[in-house]
Amino acid sequence: MAKPFTPKVVTANALLEGDVIYQTATGWTRDLAHAELLTDEADADLRMIDASQQTGLVVGVYLADVDASAAPKPVHFREAFRAKGPSNYAHGKQEAL
Amino acid sequence: MYSYTEFDDAFLAERNAQFRAQVERRIDGSLTEDEFKPLRLMNGLYLQLHAYMLRVAIPYGTLNGAQMRKLADIADKWDKGYGHFTTRQNIQYNWPQLRDVPDMLDALAEVNMHAIQTSGNTIRNVTADHFAGAAADEVADPRPVAELIRQWSTDHPEFQFLPRKFKVAVSGAPHDRAVIKAHDIGLQIVEQNGVLGFQVIVGGGLGRTPMIGKVLYDFVASEDLLPTLEAVVSVYNLLGRRDNKYKARIKITVHENGIDDIRARVDARYALIRPQFTGVDQQMLARIEADFAKPTFKTAPLDAYTQAYDSDPVFRSWADTNLSDHHAPGYAIVSISLKAHGATPGDASSHQMHVMADLAAQYGHDELRISHEQNVILPHVHRNDLPALHAALKDAKLATANIGLISDIIACPGMDYCALATARSIPIAQEIATRFDALKLEHEIGPLKIKISGCINACGHHHVGHIGILGLDRAGVENYQITLGGDGTQDATLGERAGPGFSADQIIPAIERLVLGYLDLRSDPAETFLQTYRRLGLAPFKAALYPEARANAA
Repeated sequence: MAKPFTPKVVTANALLEGDVIYQTATGWTRDLAHAELLTDEADADLRMIDASQQTGLVVGVYLADVDASAAPKPVHFREAFRAKGPSNYAHGKQEAL
Repeated sequence: MYSYTEFDDAFLAERNAQFRAQVERRIDGSLTEDEFKPLRLMNGLYLQLHAYMLRVAIPYGTLNGAQMRKLADIADKWDKGYGHFTTRQNIQYNWPQLRDVPDMLDALAEVNMHAIQTSGNTIRNVTADHFAGAAADEVADPRPVAELIRQWSTDHPEFQFLPRKFKVAVSGAPHDRAVIKAHDIGLQIVEQNGVLGFQVIVGGGLGRTPMIGKVLYDFVASEDLLPTLEAVVSVYNLLGRRDNKYKARIKITVHENGIDDIRARVDARYALIRPQFTGVDQQMLARIEADFAKPTFKTAPLDAYTQAYDSDPVFRSWADTNLSDHHAPGYAIVSISLKAHGATPGDASSHQMHVMADLAAQYGHDELRISHEQNVILPHVHRNDLPALHAALKDAKLATANIGLISDIIACPGMDYCALATARSIPIAQEIATRFDALKLEHEIGPLKIKISGCINACGHHHVGHIGILGLDRAGVENYQITLGGDGTQDATLGERAGPGFSADQIIPAIERLVLGYLDLRSDPAETFLQTYRRLGLAPFKAALYPEARANAA
């Protein structure tokens, strides 16, 4: 049996600011909770291709695993740091919280 | 120190204008990221976890006050008001925006600084002993030749696409403070029959496959140095492996081919190219040496110093740990710790940078150095000025008395910033420093170097830490491996892995058990951690680290 598909979001860095961003149905967001949740592998591949073509906006596109029990939450600790910011200063995304 | 010629200024202005146009073309879509990436990397611009990062070279770790002030101003204007000093004597800005980077580079050019070749498969910033020009044990100042190597390697047309990055370090003293045996090429200035020359060490490196460098030549005369370096890098450029990134550094080339084979190839290449070096480099070196003439040292009484040393225990404690011997009578080398307990190792605020620049101007002949141990050095301070200097440092939270002690930790940025990291480094360093400060054991423990890397690439030099900590990702959880007995000095030794790793929660108690174990094991309070380790070996330290294993075996 095929392995069940882990839900994903499309993520990248913004070209101009370098910020961590996530794809939405219509564009990009800086907040993981607002990201478009991808639960189907074929759909995820298509969204990934769409994102990869936006080379004038984003850099380093990839699919990240998320916990989709409610709003998307990071699975791996690396994604948790990307979604929040560094631990030594309240810089990055946590500044806005 | 070296000041740019018209040629240097023109070269840098042209290079910065090129990069400005490249950034514009990336933003307007004329360049793809694949096309732009190698261009930005050549100019020190990375894309990290949360943002871009600009790595600025501080050649051989030497700065004047104007340069330090400019670094502070750049931090205020285009970053978040601080900079991070690295284990390669560079400074990194963690939050620049792409559009601003050309302006940052122009600002750097105003003070003869740049970010060229701080990344990519090129010859990187040349590092040197941070006590260069001041140390009591120095044979000769390594910085003039380091500057010559900087000029030779910058934009060297043959060496812009090496198999992998290439790092050179130079020391002019028998006590190696520049970790030269862990560099692709390490140069040691030596004297033979009254003539100065260089011992050339090749094939050292840390990272995934750590190696101690091997002696290629015991003595190379000054005028033969550049052709020798060119021959070495040229041989590596052809012979180094391009099929496998993890086997591409010269340490692997030397290991796979053997030092004798490498020497034979370098000899042959040298014979071919030596006639091209007609002595122009030696004329340039003579001019550079004049730029590095020693300052005029004063003769002054020591009464203020003696009085403060005898009456102020805080000053005395700082003087005992943070001062080193200077070659000039009455002078000291001051190490300013960027490792306040609980702070991020190597970070300085723009205010602190301004304070250090002002103090260098007032008391230190306008000279500053960055050490690979991520501290700032004032190389020439008369001892009688130290009490006033210390008071000013205290006001700026720069007077931590911990140089060479357990809280003077090297830590790479780790997963708090770095896209390559597999675990965090900074919080581990902060917690170790805070814990041992609370225990009030730091000075009793004595000299102890802890070095932390957040991935196998070993920017935190963990292999040569007395205690090395390597952060890894084990099945989606941060895990920390300990190595013991490493040493980055003239007695360079790679640490031995102690055993299974520890989680982020377990690593601080593990270090505490290890260090308390050492206090029980040492023969007397003068025996350092490293000496005790060398006397007893891994076993008793392992027993302290893994008490449950000992209990199970009993």
